[in-house]
Amino acid sequence: MSTTDATVASHHADAGKAREAFRSVTRDVAWIAEAPKPHKLWLAVLAVALVMFGIGLYCIYVLVTTGIGVWGNSNTVDWAWDITNFVWWIGIGHAGTLISAVLYLTRQTWRVSINRSAEAMTIFAVMCAGLFPLLHTGRPWFAWWMIPHPNDMQMWPQFRSPLMWDVFAVTTYMLTSILFWYMGMVPDLATFRDRWAAKGDKLRAIIYGTLSLGWRGSARQWHRYERAYLILAGLATPLVFSVHSVVSFDFATSQLPGWHTTIFPPYFVAGAIFSGFAMVFTLLIPARHLFNLKHIIKDEHVEAACKIMLGTGMMVGLAYATEFFIAWYSGNLFEGFTFINRAFGPFWWAYFLMVGCNVLVPQAFWFKKVRRTPVAIFFLCILINVGMWFERFVIIATSLARSFLPAQWSEYSPTRYDIGLFIGTLGLFFTLFLLFFRYAPVIAISEVKGAMPEAHAGKKH
Amino acid sequence: MTDHTHDPVGPGHDDDGHAIRHDGRLYGVLAEYDTPGELIEAARKVRDAGFTEFDCYSPFPVHGIDEAMGIKRTILPVLIFGGGFAGTCGGLLLQWWCNAYSWPWNISGKPTWSIPANIPIAFETTILLAVFTSFFGMWILNKLPQVWHPFFRNERFNHVTDDAFLLGIEARDRRFDAEATPKLLTDAGAIGVENVYLDPDPASRQMPKWIAAFIVASTAFALIPFAIAAKARTSHSAEPHMHIFPDMDFQPKYKSDQAMDLFADGRENRGELAGTIARGSLNADDLFYRGLDRSDSGGAWTTKFPAQLDVNEQLVKRGKNRYEIYCAPCHGFDGRGAGAIPQRVAATGGVWLARNLVDASNPVAIHMPNGQLFNTISNGYNTMMGYAAQIPHADRWAIVLYVRALQRSQNASLEDVPPDHRSGMQMPEAPTP
Repeated sequence: MSTTDATVASHHADAGKAREAFRSVTRDVAWIAEAPKPHKLWLAVLAVALVMFGIGLYCIYVLVTTGIGVWGNSNTVDWAWDITNFVWWIGIGHAGTLISAVLYLTRQTWRVSINRSAEAMTIFAVMCAGLFPLLHTGRPWFAWWMIPHPNDMQMWPQFRSPLMWDVFAVTTYMLTSILFWYMGMVPDLATFRDRWAAKGDKLRAIIYGTLSLGWRGSARQWHRYERAYLILAGLATPLVFSVHSVVSFDFATSQLPGWHTTIFPPYFVAGAIFSGFAMVFTLLIPARHLFNLKHIIKDEHVEAACKIMLGTGMMVGLAYATEFFIAWYSGNLFEGFTFINRAFGPFWWAYFLMVGCNVLVPQAFWFKKVRRTPVAIFFLCILINVGMWFERFVIIATSLARSFLPAQWSEYSPTRYDIGLFIGTLGLFFTLFLLFFRYAPVIAISEVKGAMPEAHAGKKH
Repeated sequence: MTDHTHDPVGPGHDDDGHAIRHDGRLYGVLAEYDTPGELIEAARKVRDAGFTEFDCYSPFPVHGIDEAMGIKRTILPVLIFGGGFAGTCGGLLLQWWCNAYSWPWNISGKPTWSIPANIPIAFETTILLAVFTSFFGMWILNKLPQVWHPFFRNERFNHVTDDAFLLGIEARDRRFDAEATPKLLTDAGAIGVENVYLDPDPASRQMPKWIAAFIVASTAFALIPFAIAAKARTSHSAEPHMHIFPDMDFQPKYKSDQAMDLFADGRENRGELAGTIARGSLNADDLFYRGLDRSDSGGAWTTKFPAQLDVNEQLVKRGKNRYEIYCAPCHGFDGRGAGAIPQRVAATGGVWLARNLVDASNPVAIHMPNGQLFNTISNGYNTMMGYAAQIPHADRWAIVLYVRALQRSQNASLEDVPPDHRSGMQMPEAPTP
């Protein structure tokens, strides 16, 4: 192939540039997993996360050996921090699916920089969420009774209960999220395999090689892979909406004032996306700084997410207003009381924290200057997460503490085991996320390459 | 190190990292291209030359290459639809089977089978099975996992997941020619063309023994819980089951009729306080509740019926109904003491005595006052137990009335029948005792 033709020479130069661009993407992502020693800050945060997780494990130990009486729940307020945390975590998970599936279907190419870590976040958040109903059973080793199976007790699950719908929805969501995440990761795990093989590290090459299932990147494989990925995205999209709708049915199908309302499914889904995006950027803004990924997770991507948070935040605000309007417009005495009690009753401070963090805070995203200031976004995201936690707490605890009869009324305050278990799930979440960030391909390498202009190099038009 | 090709490292290195070239049989040729665009053009030429056993390799899906290579659309979407449909049907069937067929269970009066309540789970099972079909179906159709492949032996091939665009033609293609095929690839603009050979050691193309052993061993271990469950289902054990958390099974509480040292009498049950009567237990009316007539000073069995009851045909029918449930099994439907139980006991050679309530020759029951019959039903007589716990007071009086009717009817003569009902009637012969 030796020729002096000038056009061919320039063509080779262009091709060399394109290849260098692909190589640099690989390198910029792979170095995190290939660095011989982890970042000091990474180790420090991991240590904190592990301590938090340890606190959670101790609380689980006390809970399981004593009973759920160690929580602040009572016969009146029988759902409290546990279900609040469950709904909060599940909601956080939903942004991951939204970014990976819905934005894929709508061809938002900016998603490729954040989808992998958002999907990982989904899985870890669902793991944390699942712990709460499991532990709330009090005897978690009997949780398998919820899976229909022939048994001596002649006992089948009660499929007309929304709590059983929850079991199916959350299980399906967990499995789908894991498979979607893993499938997306296989080509990148193959990249890691080949890099470790080239370095002669046989052990890591075997580990990543096994995980990548022997992926060869062949066009025939890519063809089926892309089909399957598209269809999985199409399946995950209605799934993510169904999961949070089913979670809201846990409340909406009951008779309790403040719960018994048809607005819950869309209201919960909007809140889930809102809180999930906030969590994604709580994690990614420090991570992209720490691991030098600003040229892949670009400022435009963060800005786009801010706009989504602004939009979903206003949907949530509209839902709050609608609830109040319906409470008045329905003329229902109990509904009316419930909402006045929410805002001006014993938990008034929780209500105004919720409105402040979820409705007022995102208004800052109207300003481009805010959307371009990562530090501000980071703190606003944390506030949104706090607000969304209080939203679930307000819905659950205030409605239960003040139901139909004054004789049923009760106060609620969490015990140290409620708080400790919540801290523990935060620890579990951050531990898993940090491990993921250190050892897995944190950016969808093959998808980023496919979305680059160089991916069309040399094509005839 | 004989297993170079099993691991995905991409063999071609010995332990010291030196390149080794095993020259086994020729597997195929690999050609590298500069850009995705050139790969597409080369693929089109290879396809036009009539090759079928070839494939392109790239770090990301190159758009437009499917058409150039002539890849047919995968059947995967059809399979996924089938999986999803099976999920819908399976989800509905599961719920119908559990809640409407195997164990219909009334929950707040909801129908056992109502589609709206069953849709959420049917939806989730639809998604779940469709997802499983997409995921596992895709890997199966792609013939993965397969961690070894002859191309992994090639150095260039290990850059496919980074920045390289390769086209490989297998030697088994019927148009393959060791001279012409590499030339075709070079002419299509390849920047490098290399032959790839199989490892000469056939053992290296098989799964290493330790992996096979691991799979067999882990499968065997995974079956142990099922084996234990199968054994438990088919055998009996005298051992009590395990109590992992005994506080639930052995709770610190007293159940009825247990001993307890807290009270002086050592009993856990506490009786009624002296001078008190439980609500609804006063039963002050001796005639109605005990069959006693206190109109004279002593108190004797009453011969009347309590004033609370209207003695009419309805009460006789009620008495008949109760009599046939509680009394007839021993005393018989006609009251002669030949009920199903005495007959059955006699047939098996035993003795079970039940009084003949209507016997005129031994008229014990006939001579009993109403109050005494009532008391007999309430508290028993000889070996007969009392029925106070099973039969409410009013029903006991109804039975007394019915027994009186039986005694009358079983000893009746033609004269007892009103004249206008007598025509066509014949008295049966009196049964021999």
